[in-house]
Amino acid sequence: MTQLALVIDLNVCVGCHACVTSCKEWNTSGWAGPMADEEPYGKDPSGTFFNRVQMYEVGEFPATETVHFPKSCLHCEEPPCVPVCPTGASYKREDNGVVLVDYDKCIGCKYCSWSCPYGVRELDEYQKVMKKCTLCIDRISDETKPEAERKPACVLSCPTSARLFGDVHDPDSEVSVAIRENAGYQLMPEWGTKPANHYLPRRKTRIQIFEDELIRADNPLKKEEAVGEIIGDTIDDVAM
Amino acid sequence: MLDPTTHPDSAIGRVETKNTTCYMCACRCGIRVTLRDGEIRHIEGNPEHPLNKGVICAKGASGIMKQYSPARLTKPLLRKEGAERGSSEFEEISWERAFDIMEERLGNLRATDPKKFALFTGRDQMQALTGMFAKQYGTPNYAAHGGFCSVNMAAGMIYSIGGSFWEFGGPDLERSKLFIMIGTAEDHHSNPMKMELSKFKRHGGRFITINPVRTGYSAIADEWVPIKPGTDGALLLAICNELISQGLFDRDFLVQYTNAAELVIQDEARDDDGLFYRAEMHVEEGCFDPENKLWWDRELDVAMSTRTPGSDPYLLGEFTLDDGTKVKPSFQLLKDRLAEYTPEWAEGITGIPVETIKRLAHEMGVVARDQKIELPIQWTDCWGNEHDKVVGSPVSFHAMRGLAAHSNGFHTIRALSVLMTLLGTIDTPGGFRHKAPFPRPIPPCPKPPKGPEAVQPNTPLDGMPLGWPKDPDDLFVDGDGEPVRIDKAFSWEYPLSVHGLMQNAITNAWRGDPYKIDTLMLFMANMAWNSSMNTAKVREMLVDKDENGDYKIPFIIVADAFQSETVAFGDLVLPDTTYLERHDTISMLDRPISEYDGPVDSVRIPVVPPKGDCKPFQEVIVELGSRLKLPAFTNEDGSRKFRDYPDLITNFETSPGSGIGFLAGWRGKAGEKSLKGEPNPRQWEMYAKNNCVFHYELPLSYQYMRNWNKGYLEWARAHGLVRYAEPINLHLYSEVMQKFRLAAQGKRPGKQPPERLRNRVEQFFDPLPFYHETLEAQQVDTQEYPLNALTQRPMAMYHSWDSQNAWLRQIHTHNYLMVNPKLGRAQGFDDGDWVWVESPWGKVRCMARYSESVEPGTVWTWNAIGKASGAWALDPDANESQKGFLLNHLITEELPPSEAGEHLSNSDPVTGQAAWFDVRVKVYKAEEGEPEVSFPQFKPQHTLPGQPGKRGKWQVYFAGMFNRKKSA
Amino acid sequence: MHPAFSVIFLTTLIGAAQGLFLALVTAQVYAVDGILPAQEPGFYVQGSFIALVLLALGLVAAAFHLGKLEYFITRAWRGMSQWRTSWLSRELIALPIFMGLVFLYFAAHYAGLHEPLFTIGGKLAVDATLLIGIVGAVMAFVLYISTAMIYASVRFMQEWHSPLTVFNYILFGLASGFVLAAAFAATVGSDLVGFFTGWALIFTIASAVTRGASLYRNARIEHKSNLQTAIGVRHPRIRQKSMGFMGGSFNTREFFHHASDSAYDMMRYAFIALVFVVPVILLLLDAPLLAFIAQYIGLLAERWYFFAEAKHPQNLYYQSIA
Ligand SMILES: Nc1nc2c(c(=O)[nH]1)N[C@H]1C(S)=C(S)[C@@H](COP(=O)(O)OP(=O)(O)OC[C@H]3O[C@@H](n4cnc5c(=O)[nH]c(N)nc54)[C@H](O)[C@@H]3O)O[C@H]1N2
Ligand SMILES: Nc1nc2c(c(=O)[nH]1)N[C@H]1C(S)=C(S)[C@@H](COP(=O)(O)OP(=O)(O)OC[C@H]3O[C@@H](n4cnc5c(=O)[nH]c(N)nc54)[C@H](O)[C@@H]3O)O[C@H]1N2
Ligand code: SF4
Ligand code: SF4
Ligand code: SF4
Ligand code: SF4
Ligand code: SF4
Ligand SMILES: [Mo]
Repeated sequence: MTQLALVIDLNVCVGCHACVTSCKEWNTSGWAGPMADEEPYGKDPSGTFFNRVQMYEVGEFPATETVHFPKSCLHCEEPPCVPVCPTGASYKREDNGVVLVDYDKCIGCKYCSWSCPYGVRELDEYQKVMKKCTLCIDRISDETKPEAERKPACVLSCPTSARLFGDVHDPDSEVSVAIRENAGYQLMPEWGTKPANHYLPRRKTRIQIFEDELIRADNPLKKEEAVGEIIGDTIDDVAM
Repeated sequence: MLDPTTHPDSAIGRVETKNTTCYMCACRCGIRVTLRDGEIRHIEGNPEHPLNKGVICAKGASGIMKQYSPARLTKPLLRKEGAERGSSEFEEISWERAFDIMEERLGNLRATDPKKFALFTGRDQMQALTGMFAKQYGTPNYAAHGGFCSVNMAAGMIYSIGGSFWEFGGPDLERSKLFIMIGTAEDHHSNPMKMELSKFKRHGGRFITINPVRTGYSAIADEWVPIKPGTDGALLLAICNELISQGLFDRDFLVQYTNAAELVIQDEARDDDGLFYRAEMHVEEGCFDPENKLWWDRELDVAMSTRTPGSDPYLLGEFTLDDGTKVKPSFQLLKDRLAEYTPEWAEGITGIPVETIKRLAHEMGVVARDQKIELPIQWTDCWGNEHDKVVGSPVSFHAMRGLAAHSNGFHTIRALSVLMTLLGTIDTPGGFRHKAPFPRPIPPCPKPPKGPEAVQPNTPLDGMPLGWPKDPDDLFVDGDGEPVRIDKAFSWEYPLSVHGLMQNAITNAWRGDPYKIDTLMLFMANMAWNSSMNTAKVREMLVDKDENGDYKIPFIIVADAFQSETVAFGDLVLPDTTYLERHDTISMLDRPISEYDGPVDSVRIPVVPPKGDCKPFQEVIVELGSRLKLPAFTNEDGSRKFRDYPDLITNFETSPGSGIGFLAGWRGKAGEKSLKGEPNPRQWEMYAKNNCVFHYELPLSYQYMRNWNKGYLEWARAHGLVRYAEPINLHLYSEVMQKFRLAAQGKRPGKQPPERLRNRVEQFFDPLPFYHETLEAQQVDTQEYPLNALTQRPMAMYHSWDSQNAWLRQIHTHNYLMVNPKLGRAQGFDDGDWVWVESPWGKVRCMARYSESVEPGTVWTWNAIGKASGAWALDPDANESQKGFLLNHLITEELPPSEAGEHLSNSDPVTGQAAWFDVRVKVYKAEEGEPEVSFPQFKPQHTLPGQPGKRGKWQVYFAGMFNRKKSA
Repeated sequence: MHPAFSVIFLTTLIGAAQGLFLALVTAQVYAVDGILPAQEPGFYVQGSFIALVLLALGLVAAAFHLGKLEYFITRAWRGMSQWRTSWLSRELIALPIFMGLVFLYFAAHYAGLHEPLFTIGGKLAVDATLLIGIVGAVMAFVLYISTAMIYASVRFMQEWHSPLTVFNYILFGLASGFVLAAAFAATVGSDLVGFFTGWALIFTIASAVTRGASLYRNARIEHKSNLQTAIGVRHPRIRQKSMGFMGGSFNTREFFHHASDSAYDMMRYAFIALVFVVPVILLLLDAPLLAFIAQYIGLLAERWYFFAEAKHPQNLYYQSIA
């Protein structure tokens, strides 16, 4: 069975929010839209987004790591949000594992959101139905688009390609390889939700310099030692 | 709901796709705009574009919300009779009337005193056109944002290596192994930088960031080196010291490609002290550095013409020429200079431990030396030597305003140039790479006018409004050595102010210093807000009246697309189009988007019709130029030369028959030529067909070592990029600087500085980089104001433009002052508390947020999130104005009076670069019971005629239904 | 969690209705057996009518919990489709069935269907009202459990995820229902006041014990998730600086109570006093109506607190704006 998912590489994410607005942009006019905004030009503007980029600080100055952390629905393999839905509006697709909401069935009871530990479902306050990341289902399955563009909007937009997309059940897919080779992990594994989305941790590159690398026979300073004029005698002048 | 997999998006409405170039920021990515039933469905990165290769950023993807923003201006507006300026009381007028007003006013000024018309433009991308217009008009008072942006970066590096970061060159991260980023938060190459950084990291490169703050790019660095603001010069010089004392420099590179070995006269008694010793020989005059200098040969132990085949010079030593002249190689002078700049010394200044400084130097030096890249690329240098490979050291740097926006920035950036030069990484694989039209001669050819006589009624300016002085005689001063320009650029106060000093234009015009002007035209510059220092006071100057009750700045024209803070101060407001509604060129004559592998320029082509009565400012310029009968816009017979802007772009040539125009692509009658060639009537079509971009890929052998690459330079000359195919040797030692110093010392004939400025010029025009405290730190009580206050660019916002954007403003609705918890605790305020930030020049009230990612002596905030109440079509109680704040209120545009003058700009004394980041502050908790709103507040601006109505509580965007819904 | 008033009213109103109904049926069963004196049919008619009114009010409150009122008509029926997996769906089925049974009970008493249908052991005559009553009583428990399980089954809310949640809810319903029954009996001058009061005291005290246990438990709960597991970084010191937006969102509105610490503590003291202490005293003082009013108000506070007390792991992601 196919399980589509995103793999997010925290090692390169710079927190630019490209994935945030390109998600909104694609989806507001798409299958899962519109994504309403409340007080768009007023006090405390808010609106429906499927993807948010957060920022955490790890450690204390000067050993601080600043971690940018994008988060959208993780398309759990055991999605706790689905069985609790009374209407069947929340469902997980058989063919590719994408978790979706059918707005026509949703009664806006919010119960599914209580059953998601990740805080990624958002009730659209205008339409009053539950919304969330669709993995851009209407884009990735749009056969009128060229293959290369059948990817989620956030993935295509991401300037650092911190967002990989593919089938985590296919051991040879780009995402599976990335997870395997870079210690990919899941969020809140303690709940047994088996998120399909994975995160790749920070990795550090260091350079080691050995003392002797600073002293070298071909040190250019040697060339600057003046030959200089000889003052006084040499042995050659005086020895017989 | 329908099954999404069987009902594609395109089934919903009539869909069309158009390519153009983004302008949500100055990065200029290629975008593909999809429309549904005429409304914008989706804006995505154009995968076929060389710059962004399909990616887009947060701003770019929010272009829809800019297009449909209620902040848009849609009608030309004239301040109402009797209404006070600044009160936002306007009446709608026709374009015809607007043009009549401008034609009459500007026509009269041109016929009498053209310098009374001043044109200043902000972060725009049409300086080639606006600059040309100003020159044709005949006013010297033209500049764009460069002076308050990053001119230190441009000047510091271009005067050293003939190219620069910013938009002119960058790090070759593809092949680099060690990358050091200094003082950069976002920069202009936004998307490419991100793409490259991630590839670099994934290839195992090591990324070090030097910044008082760790956010954005710095977040993913392998190492963060927190530094005290304004002290990078000390760090860089100490690193140079360590590199030289360890012998970790690229000797061969220094000898061949720089002036390191060239002999400098050392005799204080002589008038040519500190200049290179130049052999008597015939040298052609031109803007290049003639090679009539000497070095001291190691084998023969005699002075010899530089780069004599087979000769190898000393870099160190002290020599006496046959005529008794004492000389030293400039490298020796550098070494002498660096002697005092030890890592131990720098630790105390920068706050960076000695071991770290030394380790940084060792990492750079050893990687550069031991991990050389050799590409099997044949090339020939300017001296005729054939090379069968290109060699590079994989250490690269990038730096931006963290270095530039300080009053010691010029010398800091000189120090960085020297460091890069010592490592031998100039236009080499894995190092710094130029982008066409760079490298250019040191300094580049265009020169400012030479004196007041260059400004004559009804005559174009004699010289370029902006240029590159090579010695004091290139200054634009009158007989007393006083400025001719309103911003005092190219005067003795800021001799190398190659981008002007827009930040002082309003203050000077208000004061009438050096003279009064009549009409100030502002295009795309928010000078009543975030582009001015001392903002509250500048807003008063804009409405200040003289004793007769007339405005001190009599007439202000604002060309803007949105209801910005500045629009309120216009007498005449011209509504511009958005980037999706107009033709535009990102020209080789301005700041093209060239890649390392060759020139690239691009265009915009409208994808939607203009809203209301919006008119592209380009068209305004063409119309005005034609009405005023400026020569470039007029045929011999006085008739109008260009129908409109696209026509001008197609047919304009820098001079008749030059073959050089705004666009480099598809020139020649049938589009068969590149860069240079006759106008091509179908040029726009060809750009349109090619993703709106022209990319000329140089042959591999022309792609590196371009300062000395004979093939490249000859190609560049043939294609009109440079005038001389002469080598552009690197100025480790700057003779240009020394010439100004000699003038200040009274050792040079020609233009002389006014007495009050002699010491200043002598001090700062040092031919070698040196460290000095920022001017502000020298003049204010740093015990009283112990902290440095900075701004950073947020990645998801562009300057002040994006608060009108319903999506982006949800990400940054207001700003906080970010402080290290140590500071907060010491001052007795908590995370989230309201605090006062006070500088010697003003104070603001705002909210503080604790952060471990900031050096304890620094506080910072996001730039330009704070807004004036009611501007940008936001509700008067919007967070931007009530909780957001603008740091600019704390920054002074003028230094306190000193021996050097009363009204010196708070800018770098060499370049006039605005010293935004010098400001010193203290922070303390707001009193109990104080109002929880930011301070200062201004009377709310109100909606202007022609602004589309507010959208109420909900905005529900769905392309193809948005406007229908709204009207329903 | 954000305490939604619709749900607070729904659960307290139908809980009391169920309890009242159970009190009536208990009384009737005992009466058949002769343990308690028989009541006039009007007693059951009026009593079940009160239960119906409470249920109807509960339903009105519930409608406000749906995204839009219109969904109540156009979509609520869909809510019954997922009874295999969703306790909410089960509640949505159980509630109307229970209401129907209460209505039938009311109607049967009203219509006087007292002809015995059969007798058990030749002694206990079972008529239609009793039969409906007993089925209804079973349904009342099904509904109690369904409603309680909506909360108790959400494992992410560790404060709720406990059998105590079910016991509490049932006992609160029974207590408030029996107090109400006592008040009703007293009002109509029935001789069952003492019986109802006795059970009301028992249920109230029992609920004090179970709710006390859950307060004790929740105060010591160790949350499974923390910032380390939330973002997958192993470091003892992690702070969120920015949740990625500033003006709030569904996730900041729905999962936080937004009350001050002192208001939160006040609510706890209030409900302990009003649900347990005051009603017991008033019941002992023979003032069942006042006891009911006090207890009902207390239960509103208790439900508020029940929500506010629950800390959703998603909150780890929504701590700070910058
Ligand atoms: N998203 C977005 N992109 C933009 C813009 C925008 O508004 N938004 N603006 C564009 C424009 S016009 C410009 S000029 C560029 C500017 O691009 P940047 O130069 O990247 O701009 P700043 O945000 O000013 O970043 C300055 C950085 O220098 C650091 N810094 C300050 N002082 C010092 C110092 O003394 N030493 C060191 N080492 N670091 C220091 C600050 O912490 C900050 O990280 O960005 C361009 N790109
Ligand atoms: N404190 C502090 N202040 C700073 C800086 C800093 O780092 N710190 N950075 C400085 C720097 S580097 C820069 S470049 C400046 C940037 O400052 P500016 O270049 O002045 O940019 P904005 O302030 O955004 O103003 C641009 C104006 O252009 C208008 N505009 C936008 N699009 C269009 C269009 O298509 N047509 C027209 N006609 N107008 C348009 C906007 O409405 C706005 O009024 O800010 C400077 N100010
Ligand atoms: S677009 Fe990519 S780099 Fe930017 S915030 Fe999203 S994941 Fe991170
Ligand atoms: S992340 Fe949340 S909404 Fe998405 S599938 Fe998992 S539980 Fe459901
Ligand atoms: S809000 Fe909608 S999707 Fe979620 S549980 Fe209720 S009906 Fe299902
Ligand atoms: S996959 Fe699509 S819907 Fe999900 S976060 Fe990315 S862009 Fe948004
Ligand atoms: S980086 Fe600038 S030009 Fe490129 S997509 Fe973003 S806003 Fe547009
Ligand atoms: Mo700038």
